[in-house]
Amino acid sequence: MSTLTYRNAIVAAQVQEMERDASVFLYGLDVSDHKRIFGSTAGIVEKFGPERCFITPTAEDSMAGFGLGAALCGMRPVHIHIRVDFMLLTINQLANMYSNLRYMSGGRLSAPVTMRAVIGRGWGQSCQHSKSMQSLFAHIPGIKVVMPTSPADAKGLLAGAIRDDNPVVVLEHRMLYDIEGEVPDGEYVIPMGKGRVVREGADLTVIATSWMNIEAVKAAEILERRHGVSLEVVDPRTIHPLDEELLVNSVNKTGRCLVADYDWTFCGFSAEAAALIGERCFGALRSPVTRLGFAHVPCPTTRPLENAFYPNAESIVRSVEKTLDLPACDLSGEVFYTYEHNFKGPF
Amino acid sequence: MNTTLHTELYRKVYTVRMAEERIRADYMGDEMKTPVHLSLGEEGLVAGVVHALTATDKVFGTWRNHALYLTKGGSLDDFFCELYGRETGVACGKAGSMHLSSPAHGFLASSAVVGSILPVALGAAYAQKAQATGDIAAVFFGDGATEEGVFWETLNYAALAKLPLLFVCEDNGLAIHSHIQNRQSYDIATTVKTFNLPVFTSDSTDAGEIHELAATAAAAVRRGEGPAFLLLKYLRYLEHVGVNEDFSAGYRCKEDCADWFDRDPVRVQRANALKAGATEAEIAALENGIRAAIEAAVAKATASAFPALDELRKDVYA
Repeated sequence: MSTLTYRNAIVAAQVQEMERDASVFLYGLDVSDHKRIFGSTAGIVEKFGPERCFITPTAEDSMAGFGLGAALCGMRPVHIHIRVDFMLLTINQLANMYSNLRYMSGGRLSAPVTMRAVIGRGWGQSCQHSKSMQSLFAHIPGIKVVMPTSPADAKGLLAGAIRDDNPVVVLEHRMLYDIEGEVPDGEYVIPMGKGRVVREGADLTVIATSWMNIEAVKAAEILERRHGVSLEVVDPRTIHPLDEELLVNSVNKTGRCLVADYDWTFCGFSAEAAALIGERCFGALRSPVTRLGFAHVPCPTTRPLENAFYPNAESIVRSVEKTLDLPACDLSGEVFYTYEHNFKGPF
Repeated sequence: MNTTLHTELYRKVYTVRMAEERIRADYMGDEMKTPVHLSLGEEGLVAGVVHALTATDKVFGTWRNHALYLTKGGSLDDFFCELYGRETGVACGKAGSMHLSSPAHGFLASSAVVGSILPVALGAAYAQKAQATGDIAAVFFGDGATEEGVFWETLNYAALAKLPLLFVCEDNGLAIHSHIQNRQSYDIATTVKTFNLPVFTSDSTDAGEIHELAATAAAAVRRGEGPAFLLLKYLRYLEHVGVNEDFSAGYRCKEDCADWFDRDPVRVQRANALKAGATEAEIAALENGIRAAIEAAVAKATASAFPALDELRKDVYA
């Protein structure tokens, strides 16, 4: 084990896979400039050369198709987007080409492309540098979607995505890049479709995605201290294919469920998860499934409105209190995560 | 003239024509439940270009892909079974006409969303270069595709990175029913040349002439000189989708097309083959063989089973 930041765990996964398989290459805007996608491609071009790590024209649409064509001919491209918002220019390729190709070839072809994209809140990132979009991608049959939260998951899931023979979208939250954690040394791969219990508990399950796991663990500490309530936090890690058994088993144990998703709620993953729990845990549920997500508006820039836009530990605490019919505790002395502690602009 | 070359070109042209005519004969029976965009009129164009490629070169096409499929080596049996939606089809009936492919023959994919196949071919060209296979990629698309942003993106990167990609613009001057002068502010050939790649233009229906032009272009691409562009005009004989003529619809006039019909690609290539030394008996035997193979394919297709229902969920993921 080594202590690594999330960004260095991403680097480690890419180095691991590029050393193992000469058909793996990284490409996209900015991947080999001096900033290296927030440091997540650091050292790659020096180690593997510009043939295997290269920038492209500002043309996300065609460059997505490019990856598909290379994959059909035996390569394993990793297409990197510094913001998922820019990756939306590839949606035609994803929805019309990537997702259909294997099916339309009667299983003769496969498209082992990994699309990495940075998601989420930064520092006043506003409406075009802050989205998540996991529900949009996961809606399309033929695409897999993963959202690693810990540094170990970042290494293992990205390696798993690169080895997977399907198109896999890997969504990496910007604020996770700085967190540190223990990461297995040497070859480490997590297959798609396996979630993780982040924190064991007895009273209520929080199904949390990406950054919401950080917020949920914080909320769990507060609820334990203030109310003696024990939250179980479950990270599906893969949005599709979804580890249904992990979620169902947890809710069958606790009897209550909050889905805290890092995305809009309407027609989103939180609705999917709530439907799953409703269908499969009906007899065990002691209260209705509740949901938290983005406000159903574009993400605003100014800080007070931005704070109101995102769900966080406080909104999880309040939601759980309401579900359990507990009085609202005083949170004024609590220290919540705020990016000012370790994050400055401009990007 | 080379007898083998011209006989082979005729085999390709005649196979496409007869297969399409067979579809026309059966289509109204409503058993082929798949929209067809027939290749009538462009048989010489496609046969000429494909014959300039190797068996392992990678090709990509559009919804109007029957000629590409059949000339690149795709099997007639698999073709008709696919159109009839049978389990014996090239993609178990899931692809139908618009998404045909034959990966074993280098025909990797086709797309029915205009222009979307272009960058996929670009990536295949990149893979040929990166893996030093010696093969090239060729992408077929219509004049309408040049109006898509992704066309210019693809052209730019192919030229910038000098990728082995042959652009084949099948220019029938129509996007469904819309004429090119109502859609384009630019001249395709002039504008494409500004990206610094060679552009070859022709309005020939002669598979031999097209082959010669395409062979020159493909050779340059294969030598590593970067992409080349073929701008090849043809007349779409039939409606955009379906099996009928549509001159009565009023958006074009059959009399204006007389010159094209006079230069029908099947008639032209048959004459070429005879002129190159093939005998009338040899050509007749070739034609009989092709027609028999088509009949056998249709018989196989109509006798084949539809896919089992569990096929629905297969092959979404690897």
